[in-house]
Amino acid sequence: MSNKDVNIAVHHLTRVEGHGNIIFNAKDGVIEDVQWQVSEAPRMFESFVRGRPYMQMSHVTSRICGICSIGHALASLKATEAAMDIPVTEQTVQLRKIALHAENMQSHILHVGYLVAPDLFGAGSVFPMIETHTDAVLNIIQLHRLANEMSDLLCGRTTHPITLMPGGFTQIPTESQLANLRTRLEHILPVCDDVLQLVLDNAHALPDFSRETEYIALVSNSEYALYDGIIGSTDTGQHPVEEYESIANEYIVPYSTAKFARHARESYMVGALARFNLNSEKLMPQAQKWADKFGLKAINYNPFMNNVAQLLEYHHSVTDSIRLIDAILDTGLHPVSAPSYTVKAGRGIGAVEVPRGILFHDYTYNEQGICTHANLIIPTNQNHCNINKDMQAFAPTLLNKPEKEIELNLEMLVRAYDPCISCSAHYLTVKFKS
Amino acid sequence: MKPRVAFFDFASCEGCQLQIANLEEAVIDVTKLVDIVSFREVMKEHSDEYDFAVVEGSIMRPMDEERLKTIRNHAKILVALGACACTGCVQRMLNQWPISESTDLVYGDADAQDIENNPYFDNFPTKALDEVVPVDAYIPGCPIDRDEFCRVLAALVQGKKPPVPDYPVCVECKKKENVCLFELGKVCMGPIARAGCGAICPSHGSECEACRGFVDHPEEEAFTEVLEKYGIDIEGIMQRKTMFTHRYIEEKKDGDEQ
Repeated sequence: MSNKDVNIAVHHLTRVEGHGNIIFNAKDGVIEDVQWQVSEAPRMFESFVRGRPYMQMSHVTSRICGICSIGHALASLKATEAAMDIPVTEQTVQLRKIALHAENMQSHILHVGYLVAPDLFGAGSVFPMIETHTDAVLNIIQLHRLANEMSDLLCGRTTHPITLMPGGFTQIPTESQLANLRTRLEHILPVCDDVLQLVLDNAHALPDFSRETEYIALVSNSEYALYDGIIGSTDTGQHPVEEYESIANEYIVPYSTAKFARHARESYMVGALARFNLNSEKLMPQAQKWADKFGLKAINYNPFMNNVAQLLEYHHSVTDSIRLIDAILDTGLHPVSAPSYTVKAGRGIGAVEVPRGILFHDYTYNEQGICTHANLIIPTNQNHCNINKDMQAFAPTLLNKPEKEIELNLEMLVRAYDPCISCSAHYLTVKFKS
Repeated sequence: MKPRVAFFDFASCEGCQLQIANLEEAVIDVTKLVDIVSFREVMKEHSDEYDFAVVEGSIMRPMDEERLKTIRNHAKILVALGACACTGCVQRMLNQWPISESTDLVYGDADAQDIENNPYFDNFPTKALDEVVPVDAYIPGCPIDRDEFCRVLAALVQGKKPPVPDYPVCVECKKKENVCLFELGKVCMGPIARAGCGAICPSHGSECEACRGFVDHPEEEAFTEVLEKYGIDIEGIMQRKTMFTHRYIEEKKDGDEQ
């Protein structure tokens, strides 16, 4: 055991989305303080969505997050559709699933390729890697570009989807556009394999650290649950989505503008690793083969393997999108039609797996279809407590390392969660004062 | 020598900075034009020596205001990136209520000792950047248009005025030969909203919400005529279409009161 003093204060951690700080102090080899703080300015979405018409809700709430705006829009639409019994067709569900895959691919490759890879190659950012690892960077850009162009095709735009609306779409791609996308997805698979191989070759740079915790994600009998499912826990089994408030028990800590959450234990984790741990046998076969190569088996308790699970999911999303396009083209594409429903008062809950984990939107509408109450539970919010617990367990194992290395390891730990802090600080329960 | 550029963000979804990553291979061209010396979202390196500060986000707390002033002092040119920075975007809708009402709603179950006198939670009504410091150039939109970002950056590097359009979205929509959304029974802000987005929402069958703000001198009379033609009441529209226009509503209200 070292007897040294360590004082680390990482103000505004880099290469994550939003503002968070890492505090680590040790005196005479004894850790006095280790903390993950969230300093993002609260935007308080639940307050200002009050008064919004139902047709605008997905457009307003997509603005919670630039990276997972499609996921927010879909959770929002599912909540609205549940509240007003708005029907959606099988084709709409299939196209929405492809849109969600596009976002999952975009977000995961942005994280692993642009934000995490520099740690694996000892760079400060992806910019110097343009010179030192040109082929790898160009491969990553190809994966990123395809994901974004898929979003453009399905949603009209990469960030803040335009075409998604209650009951369906304002506009959908043509059959030939879908067939063209299918070809491009086929062609991206070897590139995806190359990037997976590169990360496998450098996986030794990911710290070997495990801490038992609970994992929560949507689960489904029919597929690797992303767009739909019920709540699954590695500790407590399955729960209906309506019980989400008893799963994500939130509380406030003074060093975070995002709330913390706990369920069966003092903390839990959501995201790609949680999904893998609950649904690994439902991954598409090629992605399963890659899981074997990485030696990744459920339940894996190493948070750094979240990076690997994200890449497996990229591969899965490519092959599952091909499957969905085939299913749509087999039955022939139906033109968009206006859904039939009546605006009415009610409450609806939408749950979707977005890149960083399980997301809940819960709305109440009045008879005019105006939102009167909203509760949004964001993935990163659910992870903050688990990040803190991991940090407390991880930090003592680092004490003998030089200070810079301790700092890097703690940064890598937070980064492995791919925290989306600007999202998480927007969450929060709105309770009307009586 | 290439200009040194630093990116910063305040309250926002960071989706506008994400559009820089979404330039894909063209990012490499950008790095040939300027030196990116600080960009917290994607790089660890940081420098306080920069020529251009590109700032995303709204200002919502005294601690944010101080940080923005420091950035302003370091920068020769300050660019407001996206609707949050230019107008306050959706979170400006918070300004319809006293701020304590929203914090009570959101953090109502917190221990008072955790929240009171805690700078993290010390929100004031949402402000755009130019309500705190002078801004030299604006890139509007929610999100920004990536190509427009490149055009503005290239203009600034050459010491030219950034080419942001001052004509309405209808101009771009008509050039695309779209069927007018009013003809389809929808309500669109196109006649007074600032163009530059390529009329991307109406082109996908979705109503324009004026995320880029209004043109400098909106033709309100002509807009009212269009609305009357389709039997739509302008007051009702201005109450409904407020996702991105709260700054104008506040300014109009202030003007009326004076």
